[in-house]
Amino acid sequence: MPAVSKGDGMRGLAVFISDIRNCKSKEAEIKRINKELANIRSKFKGDKALDGYSKKKYVCKLLFIFLLGHDIDFGHMEAVNLLSSNKYTEKQIGYLFISVLVNSNSELIRLINNAIKNDLASRNPTFMCLALHCIANVGSREMAEAFAGEIPRILVAGDTMDSVKQSAALCLLRLYKTSPDLVLMGEWTSRVVHLLNDQHMGVVTAAISLITCLSQKNPDEFKTCVSLAVSRLSRIVSSASTDLQDYTYYFVPAPWLSCKLLRLLQCYPPPEDGAVKGRLVECLETILNKAQEPPKSKKVQHSNAKNAILFEAISLIIHYDSEPNLLVRACNQLGQFLQHRETNLRYLALESMCTLASSEFSHEAVKTHIETVINALKTERDVSVRQRAADLLYAMCDRSNAKQIVAEMLSYLETADYSIREEMVLKVAILAEKYAVDYSWYVDTILNLIRIAGDYVSEEVWYRVIQIVINRDDVQGYAAKTVFEALQAPACHENMVKVGGYILGEFGNLIAGDPRSSPLIQFNLLHSKFHLCSVPTRALLLSAYIKFINLFPETKATIQEVLRSDSQIRNSDVELQQRAVEYLKLSSIASTDVLATVLEEMPPFPERESSILAKLKKKKGPGAVSVSDLEDGKREGELNGAGERSADASAIATSNASTPSPSADLLGLRSAAPVGSAAPSAGSLLVDVFSEAGPAAPPSAVNDDNFLSSAPSSSPLASEDPAPPLPESDELLNKFVCKNNGVLFENQLLQIGIKSEYRQNLGRMYLFYGNKTSVQFVSFTTAVSCPGELQSHILYADHHTDSLQSLSFISCNEQLLAGLNPESSQVNVQAKPVEPLVEGGAQVQQVINIECLTDFSEAPLLNIKFRYGGALQNISLKLPVTINKFFQPTEMASQDFFQRWKQLSLPQQEAQKIFKANNAMDTEVLKAKLLGLGTALLENVDPNPENFVCAGVIQTKAQQVGCLLRLEPNTQAQMYRLTLRSSKDSVSKRICELLAEQF
Amino acid sequence: MMRFMLLFSRQGKLRLQKWYTATAEKDKKKMVRELMQVVLARKPKMCSFLEWRDLKIVYKRYASLYFCCAVEEQDNELITLEVIHRFVELLDKYFGSVCELDIIFNFEKAYFILDEFLMGGEIQDTSKKSVLKAIEQADLLQEEDESPRSVLEEMGLA
Repeated sequence: MPAVSKGDGMRGLAVFISDIRNCKSKEAEIKRINKELANIRSKFKGDKALDGYSKKKYVCKLLFIFLLGHDIDFGHMEAVNLLSSNKYTEKQIGYLFISVLVNSNSELIRLINNAIKNDLASRNPTFMCLALHCIANVGSREMAEAFAGEIPRILVAGDTMDSVKQSAALCLLRLYKTSPDLVLMGEWTSRVVHLLNDQHMGVVTAAISLITCLSQKNPDEFKTCVSLAVSRLSRIVSSASTDLQDYTYYFVPAPWLSCKLLRLLQCYPPPEDGAVKGRLVECLETILNKAQEPPKSKKVQHSNAKNAILFEAISLIIHYDSEPNLLVRACNQLGQFLQHRETNLRYLALESMCTLASSEFSHEAVKTHIETVINALKTERDVSVRQRAADLLYAMCDRSNAKQIVAEMLSYLETADYSIREEMVLKVAILAEKYAVDYSWYVDTILNLIRIAGDYVSEEVWYRVIQIVINRDDVQGYAAKTVFEALQAPACHENMVKVGGYILGEFGNLIAGDPRSSPLIQFNLLHSKFHLCSVPTRALLLSAYIKFINLFPETKATIQEVLRSDSQIRNSDVELQQRAVEYLKLSSIASTDVLATVLEEMPPFPERESSILAKLKKKKGPGAVSVSDLEDGKREGELNGAGERSADASAIATSNASTPSPSADLLGLRSAAPVGSAAPSAGSLLVDVFSEAGPAAPPSAVNDDNFLSSAPSSSPLASEDPAPPLPESDELLNKFVCKNNGVLFENQLLQIGIKSEYRQNLGRMYLFYGNKTSVQFVSFTTAVSCPGELQSHILYADHHTDSLQSLSFISCNEQLLAGLNPESSQVNVQAKPVEPLVEGGAQVQQVINIECLTDFSEAPLLNIKFRYGGALQNISLKLPVTINKFFQPTEMASQDFFQRWKQLSLPQQEAQKIFKANNAMDTEVLKAKLLGLGTALLENVDPNPENFVCAGVIQTKAQQVGCLLRLEPNTQAQMYRLTLRSSKDSVSKRICELLAEQF
Repeated sequence: MMRFMLLFSRQGKLRLQKWYTATAEKDKKKMVRELMQVVLARKPKMCSFLEWRDLKIVYKRYASLYFCCAVEEQDNELITLEVIHRFVELLDKYFGSVCELDIIFNFEKAYFILDEFLMGGEIQDTSKKSVLKAIEQADLLQEEDESPRSVLEEMGLA
């Protein structure tokens, strides 16, 4: 134990802390703490009355335990008792405990308030300060009710000690912040303002925080503070560094008070009184001058304190925005800091310059530092500094330097930190749009953006380039040519395919005259990307194809052929299938005239606020795009009606409403389709697809059409061992977390559908294997296994043949062993045998029984083997059996929910994830998914109606695991926070993982 | 105003936490965990300020301890850095070359010193003398109180 310095009176506490520090493990620590808690509890409950000292010591131990992160649910009463002790240290510990562990127990609050009242009335300054500290620390409404009337009296009373005045001022500030309605300044206002004149610097320092806050809320009542603040500031600024004695900090006179005075002045416009204003300008000039003087000390504290005042003065100069001379001086000063060796100063200079850039007086002066800022963007080693540099470049951008800045930002993007890429992309897109002198530059910039940082280009950005191209006919030909060239790249980002598909579909005709970009070449180029794209992009491309048929009749046959292929017309995705069917019909039935009308070029989009600007505003708050305000006056005839930027909420709303959803592209044909015409219900999907009349194409004809086709194509080399699970099997598994039926897997040969039902810890699953070809599958076998337990099942098979025989064929024998020996397995899965022969176009069914023995994380594996045309096909998938399938929903009232939630408060019982929304944050969809999870969705439980809470019990053979869930969507950030609490850590963790993939 | 101040070690052990606005225990734990991760991951030469949620974080490392303050948008970063330094000076003066162990074993003293210096997230007094005077007075009171008692206490201690 180290030597404890002065004031040590509690040896027992030191011993205890020492013990805790010597604990080798968390468990040992908890054990020691529990022992101590039991000891303290028995002391508190014992019949022997404790003396004040012991009480103090135990309360202090409890406080220590609490600060270690453990819950404390007793001792409050003893702490309250200490408050009324007349021994200072006992009182002090009592107050500390109350301050740290406030309890809204009203009985206690009454007692605490009583003790505080006594201390305030005691006229003992140390006791009064303790009481005021406690009020400020707790700051509850009850305390405001009890003391908001009393404290101003203490603050302004003539006989109050300085130290008490200081505490009273800050205590009142805290109460004002928590309950402004209860703090009535009225009659005290003038006397509080005059505290600025107090002789004691400490009183002024404390009081000014209160005055600043009150001035912000009631500027008129407090406006007399301006002249007082100016004269106080003037006295400090002109004082020698030794004048203020202990209030001089490293040779800087009263830096805290100076900063606070300058901050207070920022609550008001420049003083109207000429003399006051002159005096203030003098102060500001002196501060700027002092920055040029050689430092009085080499210590960083000296320069920090000095520069803290300087930055606050610059803030005030920017706030006034009326003294061109001062603004330019401020800018020059910051310019010096841009190259300072202290990272902190460079950071602050960049930040401060951002606001200077928006002043008309200093905008040009800021621009002169462009090279330094660009250099900072390239060379700063700290990402937070680079972020500031990027912000400043954005703020100083105007038409004169837009090309340079955009080019620099683009080149920075190639290596930018992931954390700031999305914002950088938005900023580049906005600058490019706002300051474009020619549209070709704009198009080039956005396409570069997609090329460099495609993943970070949000929908708003690529929608916007399309809106602009559609609305400006002078850029359309260039855009078509440029996207055509961009698509030539062997690997191009999917966003490029989207833009390319859309633009060529609309304006491909403008470049079709060139034999190098003939209609067919254009089409082939687009279609070569098709298979690598996601469903929404493919849907967009299909629309582009039908537009091609209208633009270029010569492509009709080729495109119809594509639409007719099985991979389109029988695509398992309803949207794609529907488009293929409808477009094919449209192209064959409609006359050229009808086609031309339906597929006419898109009309111009109504002018509206840039969707990107709206997005940046949403991301950063309105301040972040202040540059547009500055530019408002200068802008004329800029690209795309920039005048519409008066961003009222309704404009954004309409913009969003008419902005296409990912799978509805801008063609707008989708709404014309009868809903559900080609949408088979999930349960009977296979039947529907297979019963449709039409030429059954042999599998070879569609070999390149399915992006999942890689698995079977490697089959000639496959051995008889079960293949490792497909790389996409986790994704496929995730699709079934919130639903029980659907298509699990599909390639060009085989489709596997699933129907399943669960009750308590049992489940039954029907697997439908559909042969998509016209050739039979032979030696068709399936096996289900649980990962990591294949060995034990071999051991087992010898012993338990009798029970095996009751199920004519069991492909996963090991599960029975698991039944006997629950420690080695978590799920018991029994699969009924399946016919070894599957005819072409036919479907076979397999039943699997599932028993959940204990909670589990790994899904069972399903291996399918068969021979097709002599080649062995070997596919392994994860069977979509996840722990949540065994949920029993539990309804409960709000009170019960929170009580249980609290009971599950150990850190390991909770699992939490914060993640980005992958889909639209639609309340109904979220509800459906949470119900699909198997829990009960509890209404009116969470105080925030946006949040969802659910409860359920997982039924396993070994135990039941209660589970509570809370999902907090943040639509603004497009994020979710998901919190799971259950009595078993592995369950919380697993469900959290599974569910986080669903939104 | 300052929203909270944290002291934690290089190993991520929280040594002192002071919250100036009402915050739920659970949120506190989460914020502490998150912030420690962010700050501990930063390299020595990086700047002492960062944006975190809607707050500005100002931090500085003294020997094995990180002092980390969260202040509001309009607060002055440099002066906050000096708030930290002044607090360190106060601790140092009181304990005499303060080290992490002093703060562990005398955590209540560290809280008292902080309370004398900052209140409700605002600075109460910047004078080293005034703050230390207040603390020393309290210590005098304590020593008078307890000198006869500590013998008894040791005997009663298991």
